[in-house]
Amino acid sequence: MSRRNLLRGAAAGTGAVALPSLLAACSSGPGGDSKTIRMGSNSSDPVPKKAFADAFAAYEKQSKAGRKIKVNTVDHNTFQENINRYLQGKPDDVFMWFAGYRMQFFAKKGLLLDISDLWKTYQGFSPALKDQSTGEDGKQYFTPYYYYPWAVFHRKSLFDQHGYTAPKTLDEYIALAKQMQKDKLIPIAFCDKDGWPAMGTFDYINMRTNGYEFHKSLMAGKEAWTDKRVKDVFDTWRSLLPYCQPGANGRTWQEAATSLQQRKTGMAVFGMPHPGAQFPKAEQTDIDFFPFPEINPEHGQDAVEAPIDGFLLAKNSKTLKNKKTLESAKDLLAYLATPKAEDTYLAGDPNNIAVNSGASTSTYSSLQKKAVELVSGAKQISQFLDRDTRPDFASTVMIPAIQSFINNPKDVDGLVNGIERQKKTIFATEG
Amino acid sequence: MSLTSARRAKRRGPRRFTRRDLVVLGVLLGIPVLLDIAIVWGPTLASIVLSFTSWDGIGSIHWVGTQNYTNLFTNYPPFWPAVRHNLMWLGFLGLIATPFGLLLAVVIDRGVRFSRFYQSTIYMPVVLSLAIVGFIAQLVFSRDQGVLNAVLGNKDNPTDWLGDPNLNIWMILIAAAWRHTGYVMILYLAGLKAVDPTLKEAASIDGANERQIFFRVVFPTLRPVNVIVGVITVIESLRAFDIVYAVNHGRNGLEVLSVLVTDNIIGEASRIGFGSAIAVVLLAVSMGFVVTYLVQEIRGEKNR
Repeated sequence: MSRRNLLRGAAAGTGAVALPSLLAACSSGPGGDSKTIRMGSNSSDPVPKKAFADAFAAYEKQSKAGRKIKVNTVDHNTFQENINRYLQGKPDDVFMWFAGYRMQFFAKKGLLLDISDLWKTYQGFSPALKDQSTGEDGKQYFTPYYYYPWAVFHRKSLFDQHGYTAPKTLDEYIALAKQMQKDKLIPIAFCDKDGWPAMGTFDYINMRTNGYEFHKSLMAGKEAWTDKRVKDVFDTWRSLLPYCQPGANGRTWQEAATSLQQRKTGMAVFGMPHPGAQFPKAEQTDIDFFPFPEINPEHGQDAVEAPIDGFLLAKNSKTLKNKKTLESAKDLLAYLATPKAEDTYLAGDPNNIAVNSGASTSTYSSLQKKAVELVSGAKQISQFLDRDTRPDFASTVMIPAIQSFINNPKDVDGLVNGIERQKKTIFATEG
Repeated sequence: MSLTSARRAKRRGPRRFTRRDLVVLGVLLGIPVLLDIAIVWGPTLASIVLSFTSWDGIGSIHWVGTQNYTNLFTNYPPFWPAVRHNLMWLGFLGLIATPFGLLLAVVIDRGVRFSRFYQSTIYMPVVLSLAIVGFIAQLVFSRDQGVLNAVLGNKDNPTDWLGDPNLNIWMILIAAAWRHTGYVMILYLAGLKAVDPTLKEAASIDGANERQIFFRVVFPTLRPVNVIVGVITVIESLRAFDIVYAVNHGRNGLEVLSVLVTDNIIGEASRIGFGSAIAVVLLAVSMGFVVTYLVQEIRGEKNR
């Protein structure tokens, strides 16, 4: 065999290999049968993954039309980072995402399907939930599924042992922290290596000081960060830092939650799933919380930070163009909005609470019951700093800003000036 | 040497190419050139163009002129630290890790006892990806649960090796150097084995001492290896990414240019225009090194 023939053969060979794979790439994807709903899932952690699988199995079982769900699970953070390209490219029919600004952002870009018609049939959702599911154009795009509140978490037994009581106001909070220091505890577990955990504290101090409306418009870029009200937030925060675990920027939330579990620290601002994930099973019942203390009596403890997760329809999904598939997908959403569907999920993942007021609370742990009380008593529900504002602002400006505040809490003026200047350039670009 | 003989062969007389040869040559050269343009130059030019625009990856692209660059230089706090860290990386690897690798290679080449053992131990980290090195660094340097603080035993006020923004970059550089040293050592070891021993003998007969033999005779013959090591060192410092990303996503004292590019472009943020501007800065810095290297190479070839 001459060299030329060999080359010729090789070229033909690669063509033969490449062609069928190209053809295969074309044939898979769109089409399919209209009874299979493709679901893009970001629940990659084992506990929620299993719980979702249970909920979807329950749907398939009750579906009279024989509808099936094909779940495509992607690592949680990867899903989040790719969401932009995912929604523009070849998204699944239904996907999991967050409520509030984080959803409105994509609704405005025309990447979500309007489900206002479904919302007319939904029952058991509070107006606050509907508000969080509504885009800027007044249409609904989001089906809420569960949420979890942020609060100040602690060990019940530790509080009993030292005779601590839950503080109502900032002064009491600081007094408690001082007492803990006398008892050789680090009062507040604190972490921000991951960039987001400290945002919870910022949000709460802000909403307690200036109210939910200010939080909302500040996040929407309508208020100046150089405003005295924002500086007040950082000043209050600075007064709390002596009671916080030092070196927060080098500590993950897992490490902070572990220190709470090991009784090295007294309390911590967390979301409900966070301590739950780090406490051994036998000690789960020892987790307790109190709402973040009041700072300005005008706003009391009105607002609760409770990020909502749920389901949306992706407009760019090719299979959703098929009316029958769309019908199937909507049928699924309608099912997922029922109390029963939420119960199925929460049986497998007790670190969250159901959004539907009709959901059964009989199987709830006392912690879950307390969380329901907290959230249903809330006058306003916020999502979270990175869910209430533009993603580019949250990730490229606020994460470094809060970390630099933790490193150097004295230079608040320089900090807020920097944030404001960057905010202007980011919000100036059409989102 | 083979190069020169090939050149001479060419000069012997013009060769005739048949039409068929030309077609084959055209195709065989054309495909790589097209691929090069499509995979390397296309994206590069696209980045440069995009760096003058504002685009979120979905909507329309707006032309904004040099606004991204003005913002980058004056209104993006992580930028200058990132540039500084990349330069520190280059300095640390180039001035400390690389000479240290050379030293180890020389010592092992002279045949200390257990040299095989040292050789494989020092080379071991090289097979690990930098992301893994990052995880190992966390196990060692973590403030509350790290090995180092457990050994030091300062429980009341432990040093926050990875959280203190003035300190953590050095810890990361040490971790990166740990891997880089082994790499450099292996390259030099191979180079040293190839040095003709008669050169050393001749030098010592001429009365040169050990130092002189190494710096005047051995080191200059290592020139090809030096070039490779230099290139690797520059590449490693400019592409520094995985290790800081594994540790804390390149924030809080660990900013490097490549992470800023990723944060702005890949993440949910999608500031594609702005991220491209950072990428162009990185490109410009790399070009500086590439051009220097090429000039050196071309000059060297002429002198040969």
